[in-house]
Amino acid sequence: MELSGLTVGKVRELVSARQVSARELAQQHLAHIEKRNAELNAFLTLCPERALAQADAVDRKAKAGEPLPPLAGVPVAIKDVIVTRGVPTTAGSRILEGYAPPYDATAVARLEQAGAVVLGKTNCDEFAMGSSNENSAYGPVRNPHDTARVPGGSSGGSAAAVADGLAVAALGSDTGGSIRQPAGFCGVAGLMGTYGRVSRYGLIAFASSLDHIGPFARTVRDAAAVMQVMAGRDPNDSTSADVPVPDYLATLDQPVKGLKLGVPKEYFGAGLDPEVRAKVEKGIARFRELGCEVREVSLPHTDYAIACYYIIATAEASSNLARYDGVRYGPRAASDTPEAMYDRTRGQRFGAEVKRRIMLGTYALSAGYYEAYYLKAQRVRTLLYRDFVEAFKQVDALVTPTSPTPAFKIGEKSDDPLAMYLADIYTVTGDLVGVPGISVPCGKSKAGLPIGLQLFSRHFDEARLLQLANAFEQAGGFNL
Amino acid sequence: MKLTRKDVEYVAALAHLELEPAELERMAQQLDAILEYIDQLNRLDTTNVEPMAQVLADTRPNPSVREDAVQPSLPREQALAAAPDADGTFFKVPKVIER
Repeated sequence: MELSGLTVGKVRELVSARQVSARELAQQHLAHIEKRNAELNAFLTLCPERALAQADAVDRKAKAGEPLPPLAGVPVAIKDVIVTRGVPTTAGSRILEGYAPPYDATAVARLEQAGAVVLGKTNCDEFAMGSSNENSAYGPVRNPHDTARVPGGSSGGSAAAVADGLAVAALGSDTGGSIRQPAGFCGVAGLMGTYGRVSRYGLIAFASSLDHIGPFARTVRDAAAVMQVMAGRDPNDSTSADVPVPDYLATLDQPVKGLKLGVPKEYFGAGLDPEVRAKVEKGIARFRELGCEVREVSLPHTDYAIACYYIIATAEASSNLARYDGVRYGPRAASDTPEAMYDRTRGQRFGAEVKRRIMLGTYALSAGYYEAYYLKAQRVRTLLYRDFVEAFKQVDALVTPTSPTPAFKIGEKSDDPLAMYLADIYTVTGDLVGVPGISVPCGKSKAGLPIGLQLFSRHFDEARLLQLANAFEQAGGFNL
Repeated sequence: MKLTRKDVEYVAALAHLELEPAELERMAQQLDAILEYIDQLNRLDTTNVEPMAQVLADTRPNPSVREDAVQPSLPREQALAAAPDADGTFFKVPKVIER
């Protein structure tokens, strides 16, 4: 079977008609991973026993003619910053080497309740800090479209897995673009819901006011199906929103004629690769052909987003990562005193980028700098938020490039942290203001590299976002 | 230079990070470049703009007013299972108090 063409709907259809068993599908995917992973390095851990037990449970239901849940038999991959009971979870870090969590993240539990088959854990930048996957302590992931290039980050393993037929869908996390940017680089759909839409219980925290869990999939319909089972209030996450979840699939195929789309001029300035610009403009034209009203809008504080983000994200990270001290989990550096144990364990086991961000965040929060950096950044966050509120008074959604360039070469930016940070220039603001965003493919560069188109909608209006993205896909937008 | 090597050593101590001398040097240079970039925030006048610590706070119950009731939690043996050193009741660490 051609695994890279499978969708959630197709899997469910095959499994319920018993044309193929969930067990066979899981085995085929595991075999394909075994074959491809040496090159791609997309998976860090496989959990075949767990996968096959779940697949067998689905097959028993199918055999008994019972109604199957929405993700029945769908092979999925989970980013290694999301905890899985008994299955090693490292966050791409040596400080959590060998850590087997005692519980499942709510997102994972909900996927499994919906019949999904968890194959294993995907590689990522250490603690989700990075835009290329080169910050993983377990080696970089390679882009399936060109293995000399990065898959994007930080959820690079999940994006590569879905792009290469290693999983039908996958979970990632997005703090500054870590779902949408790798989705764009790998040519798949990547969805970040509104802040609080999906429970983060069991997501290893990076920056708590920015972190999201969301899906990667090959079609917008699949992304909607996965989001549907994950979304909604979870008492175990006090930041999860108590807002009703609509039926995303019910409105997915509604026409988009008459919807108002805003093109923020600040997202098309200097630094945007001409090929990316051309494809995204073609994508915007496709929305016009679908009957959308397109107009230019302004998000005037866009230029300040990266600076704002790198204070807020690192400040929160420096606090969240204080828990890794060699006491409760992970290995410990031999020392005579607790102080030396903390300092050495952390110094030896965190990677360079994580240390850099802890240092930056600690500095920004330290006495004498708190007002100048941390509070200043939070005030700028308010200005960015107001930009979006104003724009959404005029339009239903915003359309932008996902990233300024297609996938870059492994090693190209790894010595220049600032250049790497700028890879997230079009994605970070979505996290800062909490709106939902999706990246969908909009064709390829001349060199055959995927290009991503990004849409934002109003808070909690994922239904509109998915409807627009689906209309774009149905109109051939993925292959412009 | 905004950051001296001494500043970096001070912040590393606050962050409980033991850094090699070469790391300290590189860190000072890289943080300096990043802070210089971040300084552009000062071009914005944010007088009378409230700081935003989180978005959409009104969409979730206020955790500070939830009922203070005991909920089921992780069994002790599971909570201790991943620790590098534990004695069945407590996490163990190197000796804290000198005899």
